[in-house]
Amino acid sequence: MIRALPIIAALGIGMLAPARAEQLIVSVSNHRVTVTPNYAGEELVLFGAVEKDDKTPPGRNNYNLVVTVNGPRTDLMTRRKERRFGIWINTDSRQFLQVPSYLAVFSNRPMDAIAPADVQRRQQLGINNVLLTQRVGTDYADVVATDPFRSAFVRLRKEHGLYREETSAVTFLTPTLFRTSIPLPAEVPIGTYDVEIKLFADGALISKAETAFDIVKVGFEQFVANAARNHGFIYGLLTAAMALMSGWAASIVFRRD
Amino acid sequence: MQLYLPIADIPINVLLILAMGAAVGFVSGMFGIGGGFLMTPLLIFVGIAPAVSVASVASHIAASSFSGALSYWRRRAIDPALASVLLTGGVVGTALGVWAFTQLRNLGQLDLTISLSYVILLTAVGSLMFWEGLRALLRIRRGDPVNLRRSGSHSWVHGLPLKMRFKRSKIYLSVIPVIAVGLLIGFIGAVMGIGGSFILIPILIYWLRIPTSTVIGTSMVLTLVTMMIATLLHAVTNHLVDAVLALILMVGGVTGAQFGARAGQKIRGEHLRLLLGLLILAVGVRFAVELVVRPADLFTIRETGGVAP
Repeated sequence: MIRALPIIAALGIGMLAPARAEQLIVSVSNHRVTVTPNYAGEELVLFGAVEKDDKTPPGRNNYNLVVTVNGPRTDLMTRRKERRFGIWINTDSRQFLQVPSYLAVFSNRPMDAIAPADVQRRQQLGINNVLLTQRVGTDYADVVATDPFRSAFVRLRKEHGLYREETSAVTFLTPTLFRTSIPLPAEVPIGTYDVEIKLFADGALISKAETAFDIVKVGFEQFVANAARNHGFIYGLLTAAMALMSGWAASIVFRRD
Repeated sequence: MQLYLPIADIPINVLLILAMGAAVGFVSGMFGIGGGFLMTPLLIFVGIAPAVSVASVASHIAASSFSGALSYWRRRAIDPALASVLLTGGVVGTALGVWAFTQLRNLGQLDLTISLSYVILLTAVGSLMFWEGLRALLRIRRGDPVNLRRSGSHSWVHGLPLKMRFKRSKIYLSVIPVIAVGLLIGFIGAVMGIGGSFILIPILIYWLRIPTSTVIGTSMVLTLVTMMIATLLHAVTNHLVDAVLALILMVGGVTGAQFGARAGQKIRGEHLRLLLGLLILAVGVRFAVELVVRPADLFTIRETGGVAP
């Protein structure tokens, strides 16, 4: 371990050091979250360590971390109501293409303190910098973070706990050991979640790592949802039969004539 | 007691839904209607997507109208000929309704259409029924003889061709208006998630002059078949029928209906109509207010598919 060397030396050499001097080792507490009948949200924990090697500038401990969790991608339509003929109706709409259905960004300090604006943009740090492709007429593009549709979209997702950004959620237990929790509300979509961990020092990206976890419906929920999607006709028949059965049962149970 | 609904994709309180089903069942048993016009708005109100509510309520109405139809069948209060002619229109109307539902959903105007239809239909029917009940009450209070509304009963409807004899109803009537009524009820039922008997029964009684003895049972058969088809088509085309939700509603609904029916027998017909009119009107006004008042959030998000594999 070379952690004890003077910090002044680290600052000088840090600028010239090769990019991959640190290794990130990460793991989530559970790689398979199951949605059961009484699922009411859960919280995963992401653990990790920064492993230094001999190329690491000595004494470098001022690490910053940004963890981005991307849920399964989907197309989402955002609509805006306007008053027409005295009533409020949907008029304008924008489609967001293949955007994460769940998006969480966690860091150990505000983004501006981690990296300069151009690096934030390039590395897509924070919800304002994550690419959210929209169909604008015939074009496909992301727009500025202050765009009314984009900000309304993000705000609505945040209200449901599906998009979140917390700049103090990552905690360093030791200078190289960190943890953060990933809250998963009850409405989380099922699918594969990619977790991207980026390590910064002195405003520059020095290492990154990826991991993933799955959210799956199990048992009865899974069965019903699958049946409805893949075997619509049989599912419909069974539901109709169920209606007849319960109607018939009621007429037997409560028969008075 | 939380339960995760597989299609609606949200956790709900089972007891709440059960209580809602029982309350609506009570009302439906009391007035002899399906109660879809109350159930669908209530589900939307607790946060279930309008599209899922409409599709799931269809199967709930099928269940309650089946139990009703069975007991009317035993009392020979169903006219099979009339029911089959109504159904010819009803089946086509339901298919058209589900098709329209899918189109509107793609256009993003489904929720608005559902709300607007509720406002127009419920305020109109509610006011008529309320007015009618009020007049009947006043008549009784003045001691006038009960008007059977049989005077001048031959309207233009009775001059239409293709006449047919409906034996059990003891009526000789053209099939054209009957099919048209079936078509209309099937269509609005599929779009709005209602059985439509609260519209069907007045039409059959006041417009087609079908005797009250067979009207309720026969309309239940129409409701039963159109709602079964609606359930099936909604399941096939939109994958929106939540069987778990439907089952909870059914259990609550059929139980509540039995108590409602007993309560209904203790209330006079005129009061009953007045109350039902008020109830329908209230739901209509509730929807109207929602359309006129500025929504808390002008933006809404909806998934449009395209989930990555």
